[in-house]
Amino acid sequence: MSASSAVPAPEPAPGPDPGTFGRTVLDPHDITRALTRIAHEILERNKGAEDLVLLGIPSRGVPLARRVATKMAVVEEADVPVGSLDVTMYRDDLRMRPARTLLPTEIPPGGIDGRTVVLVDDVLFSGRTIRAALDALNDIGRPRAVRLAVLVDRGHRELPIRADFVGKNLPTSLVESVAVRLAEVDGVDAVTISGTSSGASRGGKA
Amino acid sequence: MKRHLLSAGDLSRDDAELILATAEELRTLADRPIKKLPALRGRTVVNLFFEDSTRTRISFEAAAKRLSADVINFSAKGSSLSKGESLKDTSLTLEAMGADAVVVRHWASGAPHLLANAGWSRSSVVNAGDGTHEHPTQALLDAFTMWRHLGDLDGRRVAIVGDVLHSRVARSNALLLNTLGAEVTLVAPPTLLPVGVDGWDVETSYDLDAVLPKTDVVMMLRVQRERMNASFFPTVREYSRRYGLDGRRMATLQDHTIVMHPGPMNRGMEITADVADSQRSVIVEQVTNGVAVRMAVLYLLLGGSEPAIGGGEE
Repeated sequence: MSASSAVPAPEPAPGPDPGTFGRTVLDPHDITRALTRIAHEILERNKGAEDLVLLGIPSRGVPLARRVATKMAVVEEADVPVGSLDVTMYRDDLRMRPARTLLPTEIPPGGIDGRTVVLVDDVLFSGRTIRAALDALNDIGRPRAVRLAVLVDRGHRELPIRADFVGKNLPTSLVESVAVRLAEVDGVDAVTISGTSSGASRGGKA
Repeated sequence: MKRHLLSAGDLSRDDAELILATAEELRTLADRPIKKLPALRGRTVVNLFFEDSTRTRISFEAAAKRLSADVINFSAKGSSLSKGESLKDTSLTLEAMGADAVVVRHWASGAPHLLANAGWSRSSVVNAGDGTHEHPTQALLDAFTMWRHLGDLDGRRVAIVGDVLHSRVARSNALLLNTLGAEVTLVAPPTLLPVGVDGWDVETSYDLDAVLPKTDVVMMLRVQRERMNASFFPTVREYSRRYGLDGRRMATLQDHTIVMHPGPMNRGMEITADVADSQRSVIVEQVTNGVAVRMAVLYLLLGGSEPAIGGGEE
Protein backbone atom coordinates (compact mmCIF):
# COMPACT_ATOMS: atom_id res chain seq x y z
CA MET A 1 0.00 0.00 0.00
CA SER A 2 2.57 2.47 -0.94
CA ALA A 3 0.79 5.39 -2.48
CA SER A 4 -2.01 6.03 -0.08
CA SER A 5 -1.41 3.58 2.70
CA ALA A 6 -4.98 4.13 3.65
CA VAL A 7 -7.51 2.29 1.68
CA PRO A 8 -8.87 -1.22 1.97
CA ALA A 9 -7.86 -2.81 -1.34
CA PRO A 10 -8.78 -1.60 -4.78
CA GLU A 11 -10.49 1.74 -4.25
CA PRO A 12 -8.45 4.49 -5.89
CA ALA A 13 -6.70 6.27 -3.10
CA PRO A 14 -7.96 9.81 -2.68
CA GLY A 15 -5.57 12.35 -1.26
CA PRO A 16 -5.79 12.84 2.44
CA ASP A 17 -9.01 14.61 3.23
CA PRO A 18 -8.62 16.89 6.23
CA GLY A 19 -11.00 16.02 8.98
CA THR A 20 -11.33 12.35 8.12
CA PHE A 21 -8.05 11.14 9.53
CA GLY A 22 -9.57 9.84 12.73
CA ARG A 23 -7.69 8.72 15.82
CA THR A 24 -3.97 9.34 16.05
CA VAL A 25 -2.02 6.16 16.66
CA LEU A 26 1.52 7.45 16.30
CA ASP A 27 2.55 11.05 16.89
CA PRO A 28 5.76 12.58 15.51
CA HIS A 29 7.81 11.43 18.53
CA ASP A 30 6.49 7.90 18.25
CA ILE A 31 7.40 7.82 14.56
CA THR A 32 10.92 9.04 15.27
CA ARG A 33 11.41 6.48 18.03
CA ALA A 34 10.08 3.69 15.81
CA LEU A 35 12.42 4.61 12.97
CA THR A 36 15.38 4.86 15.32
CA ARG A 37 14.66 1.39 16.61
CA ILE A 38 14.24 0.03 13.08
CA ALA A 39 17.59 1.55 12.08
CA HIS A 40 19.30 -0.14 15.04
CA GLU A 41 17.59 -3.45 14.38
CA ILE A 42 18.64 -3.45 10.73
CA LEU A 43 22.24 -2.70 11.69
CA GLU A 44 22.20 -5.34 14.39
CA ARG A 45 20.78 -7.98 12.07
CA ASN A 46 23.23 -7.04 9.30
CA LYS A 47 26.16 -6.75 11.72
CA GLY A 48 26.91 -3.22 10.54
CA ALA A 49 26.12 -1.08 7.56
CA GLU A 50 28.21 -2.98 5.06
CA ASP A 51 26.56 -3.82 1.73
CA LEU A 52 23.21 -2.45 2.87
CA VAL A 53 20.94 -0.71 0.36
CA LEU A 54 17.67 0.89 1.45
CA LEU A 55 14.95 1.08 -1.19
CA GLY A 56 11.82 3.03 -0.33
CA ILE A 57 8.58 2.24 -2.10
CA PRO A 58 7.03 5.51 -3.36
CA SER A 59 5.64 7.65 -2.30
CA ARG A 60 5.92 7.50 1.51
CA GLY A 61 8.38 4.67 1.75
CA VAL A 62 11.04 6.89 0.21
CA PRO A 63 11.22 9.58 2.93
CA LEU A 64 11.03 6.81 5.53
CA ALA A 65 14.04 5.08 3.93
CA ARG A 66 15.94 8.40 3.93
CA ARG A 67 15.19 8.93 7.62
CA VAL A 68 16.34 5.44 8.51
CA ALA A 69 19.55 6.01 6.54
CA THR A 70 20.15 9.30 8.37
CA LYS A 71 19.81 7.53 11.70
CA MET A 72 22.18 4.79 10.55
CA ALA A 73 24.71 7.40 9.54
CA VAL A 74 24.69 8.71 13.11
CA VAL A 75 25.14 5.28 14.62
CA GLU A 76 27.64 3.73 12.23
CA GLU A 77 29.20 6.78 10.61
CA ALA A 78 28.66 5.12 7.27
CA ASP A 79 26.52 6.36 4.41
CA VAL A 80 24.01 3.72 3.48
CA PRO A 81 22.82 4.09 -0.14
CA VAL A 82 19.15 5.00 -0.43
CA GLY A 83 16.97 4.67 -3.50
CA SER A 84 13.39 4.22 -4.54
CA LEU A 85 11.60 1.38 -6.25
CA ASP A 86 8.35 2.01 -8.08
CA VAL A 87 6.22 -1.10 -8.32
CA THR A 88 3.33 0.30 -10.38
CA MET A 89 3.95 -1.78 -13.50
CA TYR A 90 4.34 -4.96 -11.44
CA ARG A 91 1.07 -4.65 -9.52
CA ASP A 92 -1.40 -7.48 -9.92
CA ASP A 93 -4.30 -5.03 -10.13
CA LEU A 94 -2.76 -2.92 -12.93
CA ARG A 95 -5.45 -4.03 -15.37
CA MET A 96 -8.28 -3.33 -12.96
CA ARG A 97 -7.86 0.45 -12.74
CA PRO A 98 -7.08 3.28 -15.11
CA ALA A 99 -3.39 3.40 -15.96
CA ARG A 100 -1.58 4.95 -13.06
CA THR A 101 1.10 7.56 -12.93
CA LEU A 102 4.56 6.11 -12.58
CA LEU A 103 6.68 7.14 -9.62
CA PRO A 104 10.45 7.43 -9.54
CA THR A 105 12.70 4.41 -9.47
CA GLU A 106 16.21 5.38 -8.47
CA ILE A 107 18.71 2.63 -7.90
CA PRO A 108 21.87 3.83 -6.12
CA PRO A 109 24.96 3.83 -8.37
CA GLY A 110 26.42 0.72 -6.75
CA GLY A 111 23.42 -1.33 -7.83
CA ILE A 112 21.91 -4.12 -5.75
CA ASP A 113 23.82 -7.17 -6.94
CA GLY A 114 25.23 -9.04 -3.96
CA ARG A 115 23.90 -6.46 -1.49
CA THR A 116 21.36 -6.77 1.26
CA VAL A 117 18.35 -4.77 0.13
CA VAL A 118 15.96 -3.49 2.75
CA LEU A 119 12.60 -2.52 1.28
CA VAL A 120 10.96 0.27 3.22
CA ASP A 121 7.24 1.04 3.08
CA ASP A 122 4.78 2.87 5.25
CA VAL A 123 1.99 0.32 5.74
CA LEU A 124 2.04 -3.44 5.30
CA PHE A 125 -1.46 -4.67 4.51
CA SER A 126 -2.32 -7.31 1.92
CA GLY A 127 1.32 -7.90 1.01
CA ARG A 128 0.59 -7.40 -2.69
CA THR A 129 2.74 -4.30 -2.95
CA ILE A 130 5.68 -6.21 -1.55
CA ARG A 131 5.12 -9.08 -3.97
CA ALA A 132 5.22 -6.55 -6.78
CA ALA A 133 8.38 -5.05 -5.31
CA LEU A 134 10.07 -8.46 -5.25
CA ASP A 135 9.22 -8.91 -8.92
CA ALA A 136 10.55 -5.45 -9.71
CA LEU A 137 13.79 -6.20 -7.87
CA ASN A 138 14.17 -9.34 -9.91
CA ASP A 139 14.45 -7.22 -13.08
CA ILE A 140 17.06 -4.94 -11.56
CA GLY A 141 19.56 -7.35 -10.09
CA ARG A 142 20.22 -10.17 -7.69
CA PRO A 143 20.54 -9.06 -4.09
CA ARG A 144 22.16 -11.38 -1.56
CA ALA A 145 19.11 -10.95 0.65
CA VAL A 146 15.94 -8.88 0.72
CA ARG A 147 14.42 -7.67 3.97
CA LEU A 148 11.32 -5.66 4.69
CA ALA A 149 10.89 -2.72 7.06
CA VAL A 150 7.49 -1.06 7.57
CA LEU A 151 6.30 1.70 9.82
CA VAL A 152 2.93 0.07 10.43
CA ASP A 153 1.81 -3.53 10.05
CA ARG A 154 -1.97 -3.55 10.02
CA GLY A 155 -2.46 -7.26 9.33
CA HIS A 156 -4.87 -8.88 6.85
CA ARG A 157 -2.20 -10.45 4.70
CA GLU A 158 -3.35 -12.06 1.44
CA LEU A 159 0.06 -13.48 0.54
CA PRO A 160 2.73 -15.33 2.52
CA ILE A 161 4.78 -12.22 3.26
CA ARG A 162 5.96 -10.82 6.59
CA ALA A 163 7.98 -7.84 7.69
CA ASP A 164 11.44 -8.20 9.28
CA PHE A 165 11.31 -4.81 10.98
CA VAL A 166 8.05 -3.25 12.18
CA GLY A 167 7.52 0.19 13.70
CA LYS A 168 4.14 -0.66 15.15
CA ASN A 169 1.81 -3.61 14.91
CA LEU A 170 -1.66 -2.17 14.53
CA PRO A 171 -4.53 -4.64 14.69
CA THR A 172 -7.29 -3.29 12.47
CA SER A 173 -10.56 -4.37 11.00
CA LEU A 174 -11.02 -4.36 7.25
CA VAL A 175 -13.46 -1.46 7.33
CA GLU A 176 -10.89 0.76 9.00
CA SER A 177 -8.28 2.67 7.11
CA VAL A 178 -4.83 3.63 8.24
CA ALA A 179 -3.31 6.89 7.03
CA VAL A 180 0.39 7.63 7.30
CA ARG A 181 1.32 11.26 6.83
CA LEU A 182 4.91 12.39 6.71
CA ALA A 183 6.39 15.88 6.90
CA GLU A 184 8.20 15.49 3.54
CA VAL A 185 4.99 14.68 1.66
CA ASP A 186 2.10 15.95 3.78
CA GLY A 187 3.68 18.61 5.95
CA VAL A 188 3.00 16.71 9.16
CA ASP A 189 4.05 13.46 10.83
CA ALA A 190 1.17 11.30 11.99
CA VAL A 191 -0.32 7.83 11.74
CA THR A 192 -4.08 7.82 12.14
CA ILE A 193 -6.82 5.26 11.98
CA SER A 194 -10.36 5.99 10.89
CA GLY A 195 -13.57 4.48 9.62
CA THR A 196 -14.13 2.25 12.64
CA SER A 197 -17.14 -0.03 12.68
CA SER A 198 -19.12 2.20 15.03
CA GLY A 199 -18.64 5.09 12.67
CA ALA A 200 -18.06 8.74 13.43
CA SER A 201 -18.99 8.49 17.12
CA ARG A 202 -15.70 6.80 17.88
CA GLY A 203 -13.63 8.87 15.53
CA GLY A 204 -13.10 11.45 18.23
CA LYS A 205 -10.56 14.10 17.58
CA ALA A 206 -9.27 14.59 14.09
CA MET B 1 -14.55 7.93 -24.01
CA LYS B 2 -11.53 8.33 -26.22
CA ARG B 3 -8.96 5.60 -26.28
CA HIS B 4 -7.02 6.69 -29.30
CA LEU B 5 -4.20 9.08 -30.01
CA LEU B 6 -5.08 10.59 -33.36
CA SER B 7 -4.11 14.23 -33.03
CA ALA B 8 -1.80 16.21 -30.81
CA GLY B 9 -4.72 18.61 -30.51
CA ASP B 10 -6.76 16.02 -28.61
CA LEU B 11 -4.37 16.18 -25.67
CA SER B 12 -5.09 18.51 -22.80
CA ARG B 13 -2.20 20.10 -21.00
CA ASP B 14 -2.63 17.60 -18.16
CA ASP B 15 -2.56 14.70 -20.63
CA ALA B 16 0.57 15.99 -22.30
CA GLU B 17 2.36 16.58 -19.02
CA LEU B 18 1.36 13.13 -17.78
CA ILE B 19 2.90 11.60 -20.92
CA LEU B 20 6.10 13.60 -20.47
CA ALA B 21 6.39 12.68 -16.78
CA THR B 22 5.74 9.02 -17.56
CA ALA B 23 8.32 9.09 -20.35
CA GLU B 24 10.85 10.55 -17.93
CA GLU B 25 10.44 7.55 -15.63
CA LEU B 26 10.53 5.10 -18.53
CA ARG B 27 13.66 6.65 -19.97
CA THR B 28 15.73 5.25 -17.10
CA LEU B 29 14.81 1.75 -18.25
CA ALA B 30 17.44 2.05 -20.96
CA ASP B 31 20.13 2.06 -18.24
CA ARG B 32 18.98 -1.15 -16.59
CA PRO B 33 20.31 -4.63 -17.26
CA ILE B 34 16.84 -5.91 -18.11
CA LYS B 35 15.18 -3.39 -20.39
CA LYS B 36 11.71 -4.73 -19.97
CA LEU B 37 8.60 -4.03 -17.94
CA PRO B 38 5.62 -6.35 -17.60
CA ALA B 39 2.88 -3.74 -17.99
CA LEU B 40 1.47 -4.88 -21.35
CA ARG B 41 2.06 -8.62 -20.98
CA GLY B 42 -0.44 -10.51 -23.10
CA ARG B 43 -1.53 -7.49 -25.11
CA THR B 44 -1.06 -7.33 -28.85
CA VAL B 45 0.13 -4.25 -30.68
CA VAL B 46 -0.05 -4.21 -34.47
CA ASN B 47 2.18 -1.89 -36.44
CA LEU B 48 0.19 -1.18 -39.58
CA PHE B 49 2.39 0.72 -42.01
CA PHE B 50 1.07 1.76 -45.40
CA GLU B 51 4.01 4.04 -45.98
CA ASP B 52 7.75 3.51 -45.67
CA SER B 53 9.20 4.25 -42.30
CA THR B 54 12.24 3.10 -40.46
CA ARG B 55 12.61 5.02 -37.26
CA THR B 56 8.96 5.36 -36.35
CA ARG B 57 8.17 1.70 -36.87
CA ILE B 58 11.29 0.51 -35.06
CA SER B 59 10.63 2.97 -32.28
CA PHE B 60 7.08 1.77 -31.76
CA GLU B 61 8.23 -1.83 -31.98
CA ALA B 62 10.92 -1.29 -29.35
CA ALA B 63 8.48 0.59 -27.13
CA ALA B 64 5.85 -2.13 -27.27
CA LYS B 65 8.39 -4.91 -26.73
CA ARG B 66 9.94 -3.19 -23.74
CA LEU B 67 6.49 -3.17 -22.20
CA SER B 68 6.22 -6.92 -22.92
CA ALA B 69 3.46 -6.57 -25.52
CA ASP B 70 3.33 -8.94 -28.47
CA VAL B 71 4.12 -7.04 -31.64
CA ILE B 72 2.89 -7.84 -35.13
CA ASN B 73 4.38 -5.85 -37.97
CA PHE B 74 2.17 -5.41 -40.97
CA SER B 75 3.48 -3.34 -43.83
CA ALA B 76 1.91 -2.61 -47.16
CA LYS B 77 4.70 -4.13 -49.17
CA GLY B 78 4.54 -7.89 -49.45
CA SER B 79 1.13 -8.21 -47.86
CA SER B 80 -2.48 -8.40 -48.98
CA LEU B 81 -2.50 -4.62 -48.82
CA SER B 82 -0.52 -4.54 -52.03
CA LYS B 83 -3.23 -6.72 -53.57
CA GLY B 84 -5.73 -3.96 -53.05
CA GLU B 85 -7.38 -4.92 -49.78
CA SER B 86 -9.42 -2.09 -48.36
CA LEU B 87 -8.65 -0.43 -45.05
CA LYS B 88 -11.90 -1.82 -43.72
CA ASP B 89 -11.05 -5.42 -44.51
CA THR B 90 -7.58 -5.02 -43.08
CA SER B 91 -9.08 -3.59 -39.93
CA LEU B 92 -11.57 -6.46 -39.61
CA THR B 93 -8.71 -8.92 -40.04
CA LEU B 94 -6.69 -7.28 -37.28
CA GLU B 95 -9.74 -7.24 -35.04
CA ALA B 96 -10.25 -10.93 -35.65
CA MET B 97 -6.64 -11.53 -34.64
CA GLY B 98 -7.25 -9.79 -31.33
CA ALA B 99 -5.21 -6.64 -31.70
CA ASP B 100 -5.44 -4.43 -28.62
CA ALA B 101 -3.80 -1.48 -30.31
CA VAL B 102 -3.12 -0.56 -33.90
CA VAL B 103 -0.28 1.81 -34.64
CA VAL B 104 -1.04 3.14 -38.09
CA ARG B 105 1.01 5.06 -40.62
CA HIS B 106 -0.87 5.93 -43.81
CA TRP B 107 -0.24 8.10 -46.84
CA ALA B 108 -3.80 9.39 -46.66
CA SER B 109 -4.54 12.13 -44.18
CA GLY B 110 -7.38 11.00 -41.91
CA ALA B 111 -6.89 7.24 -42.31
CA PRO B 112 -6.25 6.71 -38.56
CA HIS B 113 -9.37 8.71 -37.79
CA LEU B 114 -11.42 6.48 -40.06
CA LEU B 115 -9.87 3.38 -38.51
CA ALA B 116 -10.70 4.61 -35.02
CA ASN B 117 -14.21 5.86 -35.62
CA ALA B 118 -15.74 3.67 -38.30
CA GLY B 119 -16.70 1.01 -35.76
CA TRP B 120 -14.72 -1.71 -37.50
CA SER B 121 -12.74 -2.68 -34.46
CA ARG B 122 -12.41 -2.14 -30.75
CA SER B 123 -8.68 -1.62 -30.63
CA SER B 124 -6.98 1.60 -29.65
CA VAL B 125 -5.59 3.49 -32.62
CA VAL B 126 -2.34 5.41 -32.43
CA ASN B 127 -1.58 7.71 -35.32
CA ALA B 128 2.02 7.20 -36.43
CA GLY B 129 1.74 9.75 -39.21
CA ASP B 130 -1.07 10.26 -41.71
CA GLY B 131 -0.35 12.00 -45.01
CA THR B 132 0.42 15.66 -44.48
CA HIS B 133 -1.86 15.82 -41.46
CA GLU B 134 -0.48 14.77 -38.08
CA HIS B 135 2.22 12.83 -36.29
CA PRO B 136 1.37 13.23 -32.61
CA THR B 137 4.02 10.96 -31.07
CA GLN B 138 6.73 12.86 -32.96
CA ALA B 139 5.42 16.08 -31.43
CA LEU B 140 5.43 14.44 -28.00
CA LEU B 141 9.00 13.26 -28.33
CA ASP B 142 10.05 16.68 -29.59
CA ALA B 143 8.34 18.36 -26.64
CA PHE B 144 9.95 15.82 -24.31
CA THR B 145 13.40 16.56 -25.74
CA MET B 146 12.85 20.33 -25.37
CA TRP B 147 11.54 19.86 -21.85
CA ARG B 148 14.62 17.87 -20.83
CA HIS B 149 16.92 20.59 -22.13
CA LEU B 150 15.00 23.74 -21.31
CA GLY B 151 12.63 22.82 -18.47
CA ASP B 152 9.11 24.21 -18.52
CA LEU B 153 8.07 25.20 -22.04
CA ASP B 154 5.86 28.08 -20.95
CA GLY B 155 6.88 31.15 -22.94
CA ARG B 156 9.72 29.35 -24.76
CA ARG B 157 10.13 30.26 -28.41
CA VAL B 158 10.27 27.51 -30.99
CA ALA B 159 11.07 28.12 -34.65
CA ILE B 160 9.88 25.43 -37.05
CA VAL B 161 11.71 25.91 -40.31
CA GLY B 162 11.23 24.61 -43.82
CA ASP B 163 8.68 22.51 -45.62
CA VAL B 164 5.71 23.22 -43.35
CA LEU B 165 3.26 22.56 -46.17
CA HIS B 166 3.98 18.84 -46.37
CA SER B 167 4.88 18.37 -42.73
CA ARG B 168 2.64 16.49 -40.35
CA VAL B 169 5.39 17.00 -37.79
CA ALA B 170 4.97 20.78 -37.99
CA ARG B 171 1.22 20.67 -37.53
CA SER B 172 1.34 18.30 -34.55
CA ASN B 173 4.15 20.30 -32.99
CA ALA B 174 2.29 23.58 -33.41
CA LEU B 175 -0.78 22.12 -31.70
CA LEU B 176 1.08 20.49 -28.84
CA LEU B 177 3.49 23.34 -28.20
CA ASN B 178 0.56 25.75 -28.01
CA THR B 179 -1.04 23.48 -25.43
CA LEU B 180 2.18 23.50 -23.44
CA GLY B 181 2.44 27.29 -23.56
CA ALA B 182 5.34 27.70 -25.99
CA GLU B 183 5.36 30.33 -28.75
CA VAL B 184 5.76 28.83 -32.20
CA THR B 185 7.07 30.63 -35.27
CA LEU B 186 6.85 28.91 -38.63
CA VAL B 187 9.60 29.95 -41.01
CA ALA B 188 9.19 28.97 -44.65
CA PRO B 189 9.02 30.33 -48.14
CA PRO B 190 5.46 31.48 -48.95
CA THR B 191 4.98 28.51 -51.26
CA LEU B 192 5.65 26.04 -48.43
CA LEU B 193 3.23 27.48 -45.89
CA PRO B 194 -0.14 25.72 -45.89
CA VAL B 195 -3.34 27.52 -46.74
CA GLY B 196 -5.19 28.35 -43.54
CA VAL B 197 -2.06 28.67 -41.43
CA ASP B 198 -3.64 31.81 -39.92
CA GLY B 199 -5.89 29.53 -37.94
CA TRP B 200 -2.97 27.68 -36.32
CA ASP B 201 -2.36 30.26 -33.61
CA VAL B 202 1.30 30.63 -34.57
CA GLU B 203 3.45 33.37 -36.01
CA THR B 204 4.87 33.06 -39.47
CA SER B 205 7.97 34.53 -41.03
CA TYR B 206 9.79 34.36 -44.35
CA ASP B 207 13.05 35.57 -42.85
CA LEU B 208 15.09 32.90 -41.06
CA ASP B 209 17.94 35.25 -40.08
CA ALA B 210 15.57 37.53 -38.18
CA VAL B 211 14.04 34.67 -36.20
CA LEU B 212 17.13 32.69 -35.19
CA PRO B 213 18.64 35.01 -32.52
CA LYS B 214 15.40 35.13 -30.54
CA THR B 215 14.49 31.48 -30.49
CA ASP B 216 15.12 28.78 -27.85
CA VAL B 217 14.63 25.86 -30.22
CA VAL B 218 15.25 25.54 -33.96
CA MET B 219 13.45 22.65 -35.54
CA MET B 220 14.48 22.01 -39.13
CA LEU B 221 12.02 20.10 -41.30
CA ARG B 222 12.88 17.74 -44.08
CA VAL B 223 12.10 19.00 -47.56
CA GLN B 224 9.67 16.31 -48.68
CA ARG B 225 10.44 16.12 -52.33
CA GLU B 226 8.51 12.89 -52.72
CA ARG B 227 5.33 14.79 -51.96
CA MET B 228 6.13 17.73 -54.17
CA ASN B 229 4.15 17.66 -57.38
CA ALA B 230 5.08 21.17 -58.44
CA SER B 231 7.95 23.60 -58.13
CA PHE B 232 7.84 25.14 -54.71
CA PHE B 233 11.26 26.78 -54.94
CA PRO B 234 13.58 27.49 -57.87
CA THR B 235 16.60 25.39 -56.94
CA VAL B 236 17.93 23.38 -54.04
CA ARG B 237 20.82 25.81 -53.80
CA GLU B 238 18.52 28.79 -53.45
CA TYR B 239 16.45 26.98 -50.86
CA SER B 240 19.41 26.15 -48.69
CA ARG B 241 20.84 29.65 -49.02
CA ARG B 242 17.64 31.17 -47.67
CA TYR B 243 16.19 28.47 -45.41
CA GLY B 244 19.02 26.06 -44.64
CA LEU B 245 20.77 25.99 -41.27
CA ASP B 246 24.53 26.24 -41.69
CA GLY B 247 27.43 27.07 -39.40
CA ARG B 248 27.15 30.79 -40.03
CA ARG B 249 23.50 30.91 -39.07
CA MET B 250 24.08 28.62 -36.09
CA ALA B 251 26.57 31.16 -34.72
CA THR B 252 23.74 33.68 -34.32
CA LEU B 253 21.81 31.44 -31.91
CA GLN B 254 21.65 31.98 -28.17
CA ASP B 255 23.97 29.77 -26.12
CA HIS B 256 21.22 27.50 -24.80
CA THR B 257 19.37 27.08 -28.10
CA ILE B 258 19.04 23.52 -29.33
CA VAL B 259 18.78 22.29 -32.91
CA MET B 260 16.30 19.55 -33.75
CA HIS B 261 15.31 17.58 -36.82
CA PRO B 262 12.66 14.85 -36.99
CA GLY B 263 14.71 12.86 -39.50
CA PRO B 264 15.53 11.59 -41.97
CA MET B 265 17.79 14.51 -42.83
CA ASN B 266 18.74 15.81 -46.24
CA ARG B 267 22.25 16.81 -45.22
CA GLY B 268 23.37 19.79 -47.23
CA MET B 269 19.85 20.86 -48.02
CA GLU B 270 17.91 22.03 -44.96
CA ILE B 271 20.79 21.41 -42.58
CA THR B 272 24.55 21.17 -43.11
CA ALA B 273 26.57 18.29 -41.75
CA ASP B 274 28.54 20.45 -39.31
CA VAL B 275 25.30 21.69 -37.72
CA ALA B 276 23.73 18.24 -37.60
CA ASP B 277 26.80 16.88 -35.81
CA SER B 278 27.37 19.86 -33.53
CA GLN B 279 27.03 20.09 -29.77
CA ARG B 280 23.71 21.90 -30.13
CA SER B 281 22.17 19.15 -32.16
CA VAL B 282 19.87 16.83 -30.18
CA ILE B 283 18.84 14.86 -33.24
CA VAL B 284 20.16 11.52 -32.00
CA GLU B 285 18.67 12.11 -28.56
CA GLN B 286 15.29 12.65 -30.23
CA VAL B 287 15.43 9.05 -31.40
CA THR B 288 16.23 7.74 -27.90
CA ASN B 289 13.45 9.83 -26.43
CA GLY B 290 11.06 8.54 -29.06
CA VAL B 291 11.09 5.07 -27.53
CA ALA B 292 10.41 6.40 -24.03
CA VAL B 293 7.58 8.64 -25.21
CA ARG B 294 5.95 5.86 -27.23
CA MET B 295 6.21 3.53 -24.24
CA ALA B 296 4.46 6.19 -22.18
CA VAL B 297 1.67 6.53 -24.76
CA LEU B 298 1.15 2.78 -25.07
CA TYR B 299 1.23 2.32 -21.31
CA LEU B 300 -1.25 5.12 -20.65
CA LEU B 301 -3.62 3.92 -23.38
CA LEU B 302 -3.42 0.18 -22.75
CA GLY B 303 -1.89 -0.38 -19.32
CA GLY B 304 -4.99 0.04 -17.19
CA SER B 305 -8.66 -0.77 -17.36
CA GLU B 306 -9.23 2.43 -19.28
CA PRO B 307 -6.94 5.00 -20.89
CA ALA B 308 -5.39 7.62 -18.68
CA ILE B 309 -5.01 10.17 -21.46
CA GLY B 310 -7.28 11.71 -24.04
CA GLY B 311 -10.38 11.01 -21.98
CA GLY B 312 -13.24 13.48 -22.03
CA GLU B 313 -13.84 13.67 -18.32
CA GLU B 314 -10.46 14.44 -16.86
